[in-house]
Amino acid sequence: MEPFIVHEGLVAPMDRANVDTDLIMPKQFLKSIRRSGFGPNLFDDLRYLDEGVPDADNSKRPLNPEFPLNFPRYQGASILLARENFGCGSSREHAPWALVDYGFRAVIAPSFADIFRSNCFKNGLLPIELDEAVVEQLFRAMYEQDGFRLKIDLSEQRIEGFGSESLRFDVDEFRKDCLLKGLDDIGITLQRESAIRQFEETHRHQFPWVFDVVEI
Amino acid sequence: MGQTLYDKLWSSHLVEEREDGTALIYIDRQLLHEVTSPQAFEGLRLAGRQPWRISANVAVPDHNVSTLASERSQGLAGVQDSVSRIQLQTLDDNCADFGIPEIPLDDKRQGIVHVMGPEQGATLPGMTIVCGDSHTSTHGALGALAHGIGTSEVEHVLATGCLIQRKMKNFRITVEGSVGQGVTAKDIALAIIGEIGTAGGTGHAIEFAGSAITGLSMEGRMTLCNMAIEAGARAGMVAVDDTTLDYVKKTPWAPKGELWERAERYWRTLKSDHNAIFDRDITLKAEDIVPQVTWGTSPEMVVGIDGRVPNFEDMPSDTARAGLQRALEYMGLEAGMAITDIRPDVIFIGSCTNSRIEDMRAAAAVLKGRKVAPSIKQALVVPGSGVVKAQAEAEGLDEIFISAGMEWREPGCSMCLAMNADKLEPEQRCASTSNRNFEGRQGSGGRTHLVSPAMAAAAAVAGHFVNVEHLEEAV
Repeated sequence: MEPFIVHEGLVAPMDRANVDTDLIMPKQFLKSIRRSGFGPNLFDDLRYLDEGVPDADNSKRPLNPEFPLNFPRYQGASILLARENFGCGSSREHAPWALVDYGFRAVIAPSFADIFRSNCFKNGLLPIELDEAVVEQLFRAMYEQDGFRLKIDLSEQRIEGFGSESLRFDVDEFRKDCLLKGLDDIGITLQRESAIRQFEETHRHQFPWVFDVVEI
Repeated sequence: MGQTLYDKLWSSHLVEEREDGTALIYIDRQLLHEVTSPQAFEGLRLAGRQPWRISANVAVPDHNVSTLASERSQGLAGVQDSVSRIQLQTLDDNCADFGIPEIPLDDKRQGIVHVMGPEQGATLPGMTIVCGDSHTSTHGALGALAHGIGTSEVEHVLATGCLIQRKMKNFRITVEGSVGQGVTAKDIALAIIGEIGTAGGTGHAIEFAGSAITGLSMEGRMTLCNMAIEAGARAGMVAVDDTTLDYVKKTPWAPKGELWERAERYWRTLKSDHNAIFDRDITLKAEDIVPQVTWGTSPEMVVGIDGRVPNFEDMPSDTARAGLQRALEYMGLEAGMAITDIRPDVIFIGSCTNSRIEDMRAAAAVLKGRKVAPSIKQALVVPGSGVVKAQAEAEGLDEIFISAGMEWREPGCSMCLAMNADKLEPEQRCASTSNRNFEGRQGSGGRTHLVSPAMAAAAAVAGHFVNVEHLEEAV
């Protein structure tokens, strides 16, 4: 995983509440057995005027001129500004894969759905939760100012580029550490292999039926 | 201080907790399907890792399978869509490579992962259960801790037998009393979501309690827990009681003999203590719940069948008004219109929410001796598993559906998420027993109204939404 330490980038809007993972990554693209290549189909239903199909040449498809990510001013954006309950619905990790593949490194919103938030951290995408009023101010500033950029410092848990003082945000300590170092969860957990084995033995003794081998 | 059911399930699986509050939770059962597992297996391969405990896993194809008997009769080779066939083949190959038990496509037990799991006894009370699918919350109906995970977590559970988690908060939703005629678990679930919103349960594990819940069958409890994620909660659960044990005892993979006795003694302790503390606790009256119909593009956009689409002045904020505007445009509806004036084009009875035998029976009871209205362009009934299908056929339900003018299909996720050929055309309107009415969910531009199986059947007959109890007067 690519570490996240400090990121400075252009901010783009996804200005609606309850953006679900079906909207972020429509189901027809979930047939892929790969982890990459989802970026061109991010927000496919909103972004293009025709219906997206897997393996199409997306560069030839008609773009929806009313969708903000298609506006010239938001090209190259790497920070997505969003509304409450972002990422609700399906557990598909294809949603954060698509956001990362498109070029986003962070999403700022008043709240996130649980599974989506967890999926983001595992892919080097930082979900930042800020007060609804602060998010509203960021939206206004972004709309008013062409080329609105923010600088996110994860180790300091601060955002600069808005007003004279930086904005502080909270982040889970464990997740912060993993992101800063670009650590792989599995490697960390396997360091506790003996503790897991020990637990498993006790668990097997207590609940032997759990360990019955299923015969298909 | 007493413990909640969730506290008990959490502590019996807690391997260790770090100082920062994150914990390693031991996973008893992982269910796998073709869509969210290929990248996890690939990850294992790239890192040269083997599954921690092979027998913890059970796989079944469901999301991407055709529901047409003509395609299904030829197994994998019959799958027309080559991209789908590769994904299905990849599941078979991965299971074969790593030795993971898989119920194949042509097996009678094949079905939607959340129907197959409880039906076979692959998921049991007291277990921690995960699957790369958000509707894994379904299995909480057994008195288990079950929730959806992403693909990185699927790989993590495969490799380590554990999940990194932070303990959630406890949320109890009590529904007291008895529901009226025609009101089902689906209506209770939608009414709860209408009350607390789609983010109402975020960060919480929900325990459903009260006489209206304990009065539900296991099928009903599964419908309810299935929809916990639509209220934002990763996990929903119901305490173990006789209904749970009677159901589990009949499943093929349940423990037998002395082991059953031992398991039952333990499972009977799986309920919240009388003095347990919940972070949040709400109560609904069952008598207040009428059959529900969603009108918008989020499950919280829901109202009783006797209600109307909201007006702009009913909305609390500008964001909500903008949301209403967008939803009305997408759904092709007018503010303030009566729900009974909405006319679906398509009927879908199926999905991990409502494709169990009880759902089939409820829909068939409404359709018996009746016909689907001529305005309905397509009406699908998709049983949740081969076992449900066989049982329904033994009861003659398939004939009722077919005589009414509906299509009786092979098991799979089908039009709930439209990964296969079962999907809505743009602007087609569907009365659906599934779980999500998001934009494009059932097909790009498709319009979904979530209802119970009985209400979907009633809409099929009447050609518009109608209280199933008043269907006689409407036709």
